[in-house]
Parts: sequence; C-alpha cells; structure tokens
Amino acid sequence: MLKEMSRLLITLTLIAACAGLILSLVESSTREPIKEQRRLQMLKALSAVLPEFDNSPDSDIVTLENGVDKKGNPVEVTFYRGRKAAQLVGTAFKVVAPDGYSGNIEVMIGVKPDEKLNAVEILAHAETPGLGSKITDAKFKDIFKGKGLDNADWRVKKDGGEFDQITGATISPRAIVGAVKKGLQFYRKNQRKILAEGGQQ
Amino acid sequence: MSLAKEFSKGIWKENAVFKLLLGMCPVLAVTTSAENGLGMGLATTFVLVYSNIVVALLRKLIPSGVRIPAFIIIIASFVTVVQLCMEAWVYDLYQALGIFIPLIVVNCLILGRAEAFASKNPVVAAAVDGSGMGLGFTLSLFILGAVRELFGSGAILGFSIFGASYQPMLLMILPPGAFITLGLLLAGMNKFEARKS
Repeated sequence: MLKEMSRLLITLTLIAACAGLILSLVESSTREPIKEQRRLQMLKALSAVLPEFDNSPDSDIVTLENGVDKKGNPVEVTFYRGRKAAQLVGTAFKVVAPDGYSGNIEVMIGVKPDEKLNAVEILAHAETPGLGSKITDAKFKDIFKGKGLDNADWRVKKDGGEFDQITGATISPRAIVGAVKKGLQFYRKNQRKILAEGGQQ
Repeated sequence: MSLAKEFSKGIWKENAVFKLLLGMCPVLAVTTSAENGLGMGLATTFVLVYSNIVVALLRKLIPSGVRIPAFIIIIASFVTVVQLCMEAWVYDLYQALGIFIPLIVVNCLILGRAEAFASKNPVVAAAVDGSGMGLGFTLSLFILGAVRELFGSGAILGFSIFGASYQPMLLMILPPGAFITLGLLLAGMNKFEARKS
C-alpha cells in the first residue's frame, strides 16, 4: 500500500517537474519577442492618435495617479509624449469607459498642446458585432478630431449634445464620449505636471 | 487497424465536431471567421498530436491511479507552450482567439484521445490518431467559420465574395449563428449519410 502510494507520488512529481522545466525554457525564449510585440502594438496605437513624431513616445512618459479603483488601489494613467524636432506635438493616454454595453471600452486619445483632440483609437472592446462595434469605424472616430472641452457639447445627439451616435447603438458612443471628456478634464487639471520636461524616462 | 485508417477516421467517420460533437465550446465561440477557425484548429491539433505522443511514450510508466492528473499536466504544458509561441510570433491571431487558447486545456477532445487511444497504443499510432483527429477538427472549424463569415460579413478569409452591396446577416457572426450553422451542417451530413446507406 505504502509502496503503491509512493509510486503514484513519485510519478506525478516527476511529470510535473519535467513540465515545469520545459515551460521555463519556452518562457525564457519567448519573453523578448512577446515584449517586442506588445511594444509594437503600443507604438501602433500611439502613431494612430498622435501627430507625426520622431521620438519614441513609449519611453517619453509621465505617470500620474487618478483616484482609486473599487479595491482602493490607485489608478495610474500613463501619458506618452510625442515630439518632433524636440518640440512637443501631442500627448497620448488611455481612458477606460466602464459603462459600455458589454465590459470596459479602452480608448487611446491623443491631445495636441492646444488641448484639442488629434485623434482617438479604440484599443479593446466587447461591444455587439455590427452594432456597438461600429465605434471602431473611422466615421465614428473622426467625429472627435479637433474637438476640445471648450468647442464642443460633450453629449451624444440623443442627449442633446453634438456627437452623432451610431444607428442602433447609443450606449457605446455615449460611454466613449463620457470617458473622453473625463480624460480631457484630467488632462487640463494636470497639464503642468504632464508637460513638465524630463518626467520619468 | 492500419495507420491510414487511424488517420482517416478522425476526418470523417469519427469527426470530433460533426460526428462526436466533442469540444463544442471553442467550436461555437471562435468560428466567427474562417481565419479564427483555422487558427484555433491548428493550435488544438498541435496540442493533440504532442500530448498523444507523450502520453503514448509514458503509458507504461503512469500508474492508472494518477493517469488523469498526469494527462492534464501534459496537456496543460503544451497549451501553455502554444499560448506563449502565439503571443510571441502571431500576435494578431493570439488577440483574436483570446481566452479560448488557455481553454484548449479543457477541450474534452484532447483528454478523450489521451484516455481512449494514446494510453493504450504505441507512439506512432498515437501520433497518427492525433493528426487525423486534429485535422478533422481543424477542417470542421474552418468550414463552420467560412460559412458564418460568408453570410455574416460577405467574405471568406477577408476576401469579399458577395461584393460591397451585400447586406451582412449579422446574426451569423453572433452566438446564435454558430448553433444555426452547426445544426444545418449536421442535418445536411445526416441526410447525405442516410442516402448513401
């Protein structure tokens, strides 16, 4: 009985140890490519929302705290600064709309130094395909170009504002408009810190 | 049974999706396009072939009392390998398949083949069985994905078939479309089989 027991234990332990060894080998050889893929993904989103830049905004960053989440942990917002010929051309950061139709909508927004939006890009969403998912269409994203806190009524048309909702889907655009507006307000409040030279490299 | 038969049974006679109706969760969830179906199928095939080989290699060493946990460790390891490799080299597909890659672990097709076939047969037969079953699974997912993509967005593998004026049937790429397509395909296959016999 005891012998049988120890045989079970030893076999399972050996199998688990071999599995662990193989996994650690694979992990260490894929670590660099995965990091590079994530960086490329980030750069792609940044180039979509920032005016043309010639630095690497993903390393020219400032991180600020913006309130706390449900568990009481501080929420960090990272600002990516795009420069051309050492002149600041725009700042990009991620805002999260928690009130989409299904799950969070993550939006990257690019703000020019005059506080007007350069562009927005939807990073992640789980809205209904064909309805809410139209938020990723250029037609919807382009509405935000050139809008700022002072020159736009930040509501969808159905609520009396000036942002066109999408036919059949009001909730997703409303969530995004709200989140972008909050992002712009946060940007205005903290502009000095965000644009401070140096920051944390 | 000859090796050729072991291989071909997975494609038609014991096709995991259309005949055994195994592993329905990824089948229904990821087949919103032909490309997603193909990617999921190939990832599953990789795991299936390698877990079958390892299980067959170790079949005399694993005591039957702990065989299920041992199989699961082997399968989970290969799934993690696939997940890491996909994230490193085919990032777009990795994002499209999302949560369903780690869920390959609980695809009952893989544990089913390990338990029913690989643990009782030599390595070569197990590898052939795994490739056949995996290929059949991949084909089924590809067909389902292609049909749903064709009607749901008017294209196959991203190439427009019906032209720009086609009004997509959204329902087909939503979850109900998966059930409807699978049901119609099954009915068609049953009719075909019935006429043949």
